[in-house]
Amino acid sequence: MIPELGQFAIALALALALMQGSIPLVGAHRGDSRLMALAKPLAQAQFALLVLAFAALAWSFLTHDFSVKNVAQNSFSQLPAVYRFTATWGSHEGSLLLWTVILAGWSAAVAVFSRQLPEEMVARVLGVMGLISVGFLALLLLTSSPFERLFPIPADGRDLNPLLQDLGMVSHPPLLYMGYVGFSVAFAFAIAALLSGRLDAAWARWSRPWTTTAWTFLTLGVGLGSWWAYRELGWGGWWFWDPTENASLMPWLAGTALIHALAATEKRGVFGNWSVLLAIATFSLSLLGTFLVRSGVLSSVHAFATDPTRGLFILIFLGLVVGGSLTLYALRAPRMMGGGSFGWFSRESLLLANNVFLIAALGAVLLGTLYPLFLDALGLGKISVGPPYFNAVFVPLVAPVLFLVGVGPLARWKQADLPDLMWRLKGAFAVALVTAALLPLTLDGMNLQVTLGVFLALWILFTVLKGFALRLQHHRGSRVRQLARLPRAFWGMQLAHAGLALLVVGVTIVSNYETERDVRMPIGSHLELAGHRFVFQGVEELPGPNYLAGRGTMDVTTPWGRSFTLYPEKRNYNASGMIMTQAAVNYGPFRDVYVSLGDPLGDGAWTVRVYHKPFVGWLWAGTLLLALGGGLAAADRRYRVALRRRSDPAPAPEPLRSITREGVA
Amino acid sequence: MRRWIPLLVFAVLGVFLYLGLYLNPKEVPSPLVGRPAPDFTLPVVGRPGETFSPSEVRGDVWLLNIWAPWCSVCLEEHRHLPRMVGGRVPVYGLTWKDLDREAAPLLARNGSPYVAAVDDHDGRVAIRYGVTVTPETFVIDRDGMIRMKHVGPITPVIWKSKFEPLLRELQL
Amino acid sequence: MSCRLRLLVLAVFLLPVLGAASLPATPNTDDPALEARLNHLAEDLRCVVCQNESLAESRASLALDLREEIREMMRAGLTDDAVVESLVARYGDFVLYRPPVKPLTYVLWGGPLAFLLIGIALALATLHRRRTLRPQADVSPEALREAARLLRSDHSRHPGSPIASGTASRLSHQEER
Repeated sequence: MIPELGQFAIALALALALMQGSIPLVGAHRGDSRLMALAKPLAQAQFALLVLAFAALAWSFLTHDFSVKNVAQNSFSQLPAVYRFTATWGSHEGSLLLWTVILAGWSAAVAVFSRQLPEEMVARVLGVMGLISVGFLALLLLTSSPFERLFPIPADGRDLNPLLQDLGMVSHPPLLYMGYVGFSVAFAFAIAALLSGRLDAAWARWSRPWTTTAWTFLTLGVGLGSWWAYRELGWGGWWFWDPTENASLMPWLAGTALIHALAATEKRGVFGNWSVLLAIATFSLSLLGTFLVRSGVLSSVHAFATDPTRGLFILIFLGLVVGGSLTLYALRAPRMMGGGSFGWFSRESLLLANNVFLIAALGAVLLGTLYPLFLDALGLGKISVGPPYFNAVFVPLVAPVLFLVGVGPLARWKQADLPDLMWRLKGAFAVALVTAALLPLTLDGMNLQVTLGVFLALWILFTVLKGFALRLQHHRGSRVRQLARLPRAFWGMQLAHAGLALLVVGVTIVSNYETERDVRMPIGSHLELAGHRFVFQGVEELPGPNYLAGRGTMDVTTPWGRSFTLYPEKRNYNASGMIMTQAAVNYGPFRDVYVSLGDPLGDGAWTVRVYHKPFVGWLWAGTLLLALGGGLAAADRRYRVALRRRSDPAPAPEPLRSITREGVA
Repeated sequence: MRRWIPLLVFAVLGVFLYLGLYLNPKEVPSPLVGRPAPDFTLPVVGRPGETFSPSEVRGDVWLLNIWAPWCSVCLEEHRHLPRMVGGRVPVYGLTWKDLDREAAPLLARNGSPYVAAVDDHDGRVAIRYGVTVTPETFVIDRDGMIRMKHVGPITPVIWKSKFEPLLRELQL
Repeated sequence: MSCRLRLLVLAVFLLPVLGAASLPATPNTDDPALEARLNHLAEDLRCVVCQNESLAESRASLALDLREEIREMMRAGLTDDAVVESLVARYGDFVLYRPPVKPLTYVLWGGPLAFLLIGIALALATLHRRRTLRPQADVSPEALREAARLLRSDHSRHPGSPIASGTASRLSHQEER
């Protein structure tokens, strides 16, 4: 009964989405307020229905309703409750349902937080989002029903893929989808702008907080995915350039370019057409990612079970959305160049350079991901494009962006003074360069990769500090209070850039200085690695809820005499018979110690892999800081001026300054 | 005109994505086609003391079918293989990594579709043939050259469309 | 359990542990140098039977066999290039994660540079046009008037907050300046 209710809710939601995707658009075209006013309640009702459908599926999982095919294939009587809940989005069908719930959630959020927008704008944005929703709900109902029944009812389920039974998987897909789908808001704003012919600073200001929020979620989602791979795949890698990962990196790169282009559009009215194109591209790349992961055109470790019918459906939908919006762009993008002039060296020109490199990097990732497909489709043979290619082309394209991160925020709009800026930054440049050149020499000899990475990271950190110093130099009084008064957009930008620096440190150090040992360890034997002493105490059998584990015990003593014990496991899952390696990790601010069990050798001895990963945690700390920065920037006061009117009788001049002169992120 | 470029780029991309739907990313053409079949000498399953080597059948057109006892698709293929081949070419089997020694009793019980099945116990000969999955079938001509590699089970349709024309050509 | 028996059990348990405590772990290979060379090479090779994993990462049965095959080739004195060549002869370029530079991959290897050059050319063109543009107000005045009007009109639907009204009007004033 409950599953049928869920199915019915989806069907009803599709009906509402059809209305949401048509009536308000007609209303906006005719200027009919009554039709436009329908958009908000329709979006909210659709959200409520889809939450109901999602709850119905979660209920089926939690109560072991194996008559539902999806449950039977992705759950198991012994599966712990938390993973039964996350199994709701563990399959293609369930994750698609989650996608539509989140899409409806963003629509409902737009409906709630758009009181300061003109009604035509709201009607068009929600109308476009309704049309997107129609596509996904139709895909769900026609090709991928999550509530399909099974007869005869199996006695037990086939269990959730053991790879997905991990903490990282609990929140990774929802956050990732929040990001992917969140860009549909930026997309809808762009389409609405094209429809209304209003591609101005006001449009940029409206769509900026939504774009930044979506970007924040995507950042967290990608970071968590990487953390999951690190913990779960058993050899401590964190990025593999797998098509699925690239599918999430591409919208991230486009989204990063977009939030920087929007900054210029909002402040100076420039790059309007380009921002619209980027908004379309970002969401299109999210859709492309969905297609690549679910259609089976590329082989990937993480892809869902695939089916050409679904692939064709998604491709047609992709063609309608992207083809339609790009046609609209070609027809309606303003012919006139908006905004004012700016010089060779200015904030605008630096943002332009940022976009050039980011988009070239995006192009490289797209090319590498799809190239095997191109050749195959042309009948020119099969090749593989893997990490060596991506590392070779990606790093040289993003290194200049990282350098620009140090310069851009300090340059003035319109016309900046290059000699003056060089003079101001000479100290930061010199110290960063000398430190970066000397550091590898104190470790194990010259290493240009390390020098480049450390230089860029220090350069960013120093210039971020310089940015704070310049902001405060004309102020008097308590520094702490002055800092607290700086606009959130400024804080957000600075923190995100600092996060980028941490990320670069983590990537550089762990790639160059990680050490590993692959050894045979009899019970009681020991191993020294990077000053840590590991003593192997053997493996014991330990039944888990839905698996039988061989749990190893490894006593570790750090170079500073602290001791702890790690328990790496080898699990045999009851339902699938799949054997999984569950690594044990000791996290630290400056290094992770990572132990992973290999195979038994008899007499209690095992092969064991032990890794010392210096600074790897900075990778995820940097990601968190990036996201924190994004969150702060999206919460800047100026986006909420109209919303805040009731609560805060703050002195007026301060927020004004942030709007007119300094609010940049 | 410039603003139509994004649409154009996407259209080209879309065509490739569409073509991609009907390709199999896992099906890799073998570079061994047109080259001599790697030689080996391996014991024959179920006939102690006997060995087989491709050089023994030089001058004949023959098939080499890679299989494994735990591969249910292969066993399904075994049931249809004799009827499809109809004795027109000898079929030899390469038993991939039969670690539990199940192949001999299994062939004795079900009936063997092979003239002889050799035992590639450590899977090294299969590597020389670039085997990636079971079952796979190689067509080898009178000069000992590999003329075709088929990945996956042979169905009657595939036999008619891929194997028969080639065999006719080779046996003329 | 008697006390003596308990001691005996304890001794049996502890003895091997204590006795072996000084035993160092041994490398999981007889030839660490060869293994290092293998692992380095295997990182750039695709495990042909896996979805998308390198030969270094994969624990698939065929991947293990293939690594053993590579070890043997290395022991037989083959150079890395010769090993790769023999793998390509069996599996094709598909086995290489670093596609070789040849006419079929010119676009792949040249593409990123081409993207960058196109981007730089477009950016330079934009910069040139922007520089020669006559100076304008930062943001088009109509847009700002519109934004201010909206802020005011939005407020007017929610009466009872004089501060915000002031903010909005001062905002528009400031920006129109």
